[in-house]
Amino acid sequence: MDLLNNLALGFATAASPWNLLFCLTGVLLGTLIGVLPGIGATATIAMLLPITFQLEPVSSLIMLAGIYYGAQYGGSTTAILINMPGESSSAVTAIDGYQMARRGRAGAALAIAAIGSFFAGTVSTVLVAVFAPPLTAIALQFGSAEYFSLMIVGLVSSIALAHGSVVKALGMVVLGLLLGLVGTDIYTGTPRFNLGILELSDGLNFVALAVGVFGIAEILRNLENEHERDVVIKKVTNLWPTREDWKAMTAPILRGTVIGSALGILPGGGAILASFASYTVEKRISNTPGEFGKGAIAGVAGPESANNAGAQTSFIPMLTLGIPANPVMALMIGAMIIQGIVPGPNVATEQPALFWGIIASMWIGNLMLILLNLPLIGLWVKLLTIPYYMLFPAIIAFCSIGVYSVNSNVFDLYAVAFFGLLGYGLAKLRCEPAPLLLGFVLGPLLEEHLRRAMIMSRGDPSTFVTRPISLILLLLAAAVLVVVLLPSIRKKRDEVFVED
Amino acid sequence: MKSLSFSARDLICGLLFIAVGLFFGIQAYGLEIGTAFRMGPGYFPLVLAAILVLLGIIVIVQSTQLEHEPMGPIAWRGLLFILPAPIFFGLTVRGLGFVPSLFFTGLLAAFASTKMRPGTALLLVGGLTLFSVIVFSYALGLPFRRFGPWLGM
Repeated sequence: MDLLNNLALGFATAASPWNLLFCLTGVLLGTLIGVLPGIGATATIAMLLPITFQLEPVSSLIMLAGIYYGAQYGGSTTAILINMPGESSSAVTAIDGYQMARRGRAGAALAIAAIGSFFAGTVSTVLVAVFAPPLTAIALQFGSAEYFSLMIVGLVSSIALAHGSVVKALGMVVLGLLLGLVGTDIYTGTPRFNLGILELSDGLNFVALAVGVFGIAEILRNLENEHERDVVIKKVTNLWPTREDWKAMTAPILRGTVIGSALGILPGGGAILASFASYTVEKRISNTPGEFGKGAIAGVAGPESANNAGAQTSFIPMLTLGIPANPVMALMIGAMIIQGIVPGPNVATEQPALFWGIIASMWIGNLMLILLNLPLIGLWVKLLTIPYYMLFPAIIAFCSIGVYSVNSNVFDLYAVAFFGLLGYGLAKLRCEPAPLLLGFVLGPLLEEHLRRAMIMSRGDPSTFVTRPISLILLLLAAAVLVVVLLPSIRKKRDEVFVED
Repeated sequence: MKSLSFSARDLICGLLFIAVGLFFGIQAYGLEIGTAFRMGPGYFPLVLAAILVLLGIIVIVQSTQLEHEPMGPIAWRGLLFILPAPIFFGLTVRGLGFVPSLFFTGLLAAFASTKMRPGTALLLVGGLTLFSVIVFSYALGLPFRRFGPWLGM
């Protein structure tokens, strides 16, 4: 069977000692930054991107992917132990996980989160393996109109996921798109928006933008009021769940896996939406909804499974279409381009070892996480006690080194400072950086496909609605936009986001 | 009579959108616009800029209706020490070389916190520099000069 052959190739690639080492490095690093406050997966991957130039393409992508889902595990650990979600997707876990910890059941909560994540990771890895090839086949028939509409879906979904004002999130997307157009027009070679600065003629540096807006701005936010984090953690004991726990967690894990896998595929969607959706579902169908918020097992098991499943399946649009589902995937695409691989449907056929190696490594990485993290929990707890002021000088130093080593161009470092300031200002104005980054990555692609589609249709814009796949995608985008703008749902959405 | 009151946050945000939109719009207008059939380099940016200006206006209109919440403290000390750090690294990494440049960059950043003591900072940044030189320069072999021409080396 094709699938088995492909998976065998994948595991052979991912299980080479060298790649196992990078997978391990990735998941450990990911857990570390997930646990440590003030630095997320996006900033870390942006920082490490240049360093991965030295590696084989497959090794570097395996390591970056490991950082991504490792951070999800680490984020849940802090969410449960100190009510501080390390990653936004574990915000929901904090609600009931922390209450479990306060009742002395931290060990069980951590174990449930880990087991749920592992199960969801296994199932969704299989899903990626099963669905990626047929989707690739469909993607090969995509024309410019379809690509354009698909990117619109992605951008609209990223608005739906942003906190607060929809108008501001839309503004961030447009601002990102505009920043992405700085440089040189691809069709005519006309320089534009470069302010006469020579270094800008190739466009703004993606790594500098990501590091500035996510890394530097986050540090500035943390420095606003430096209060001691009171880290009072009781010793974590009794990791193994009881028989009642197993009973209570099985169904939520299964449902969470399904919800997460489905939502993760949506471009722009992914892990955050999945965990919120799972929590809502569990609360609604529970016999004891009053338990939620007071340490319900289903409130940990469901969302944790969902966010991990979503994290894995969000690789599908990236691997098959070359369209990023979230900022981390945007960075992975950046990594591919730097390595000389053109992201898109051709990756599966031209680079089968890379494609299947990444998929297989996700399962291996999840296995490593569950085997390593439960025993290492004491170490992660110790790390939590490191004061923040000891951390950020190192973050600044690594950011500077990382950005400089992309092109050995000092201009990129000035850009980091500029985008750090911009990111901090936007955060003060309650504007989310994630839609901006997604817009920035998709800006040039969106313009290219729009212009090509219009040339193909001889200037007739109805091409976007007469081609069936394109029409479906645009209707989907419109539906998402209508849903987020409906007052009743907006209120719900605000309530949900209030939790973090 | 009820006086109009604006949320400062939304007002600034709206004005920023409008200003950036106008900036890109005016620049794009100077480029070849083309037609919907054959779009020039200015077409797509001009459309986007117009949308951004429109969104800015909506944000300002909404700013009169919503409840206001304060902007919160601004990390002036952070801005003063953090933002110059990568710029300093950029200015000196070639001249001073990787080792001294990184050391002073870290030191500069360290003082963004009110909690940092000079002794701790020196120790921390010293360790950080040593770690970075071993990892980035020796182990990963990034092509940096460890000590630069300004030091006569």
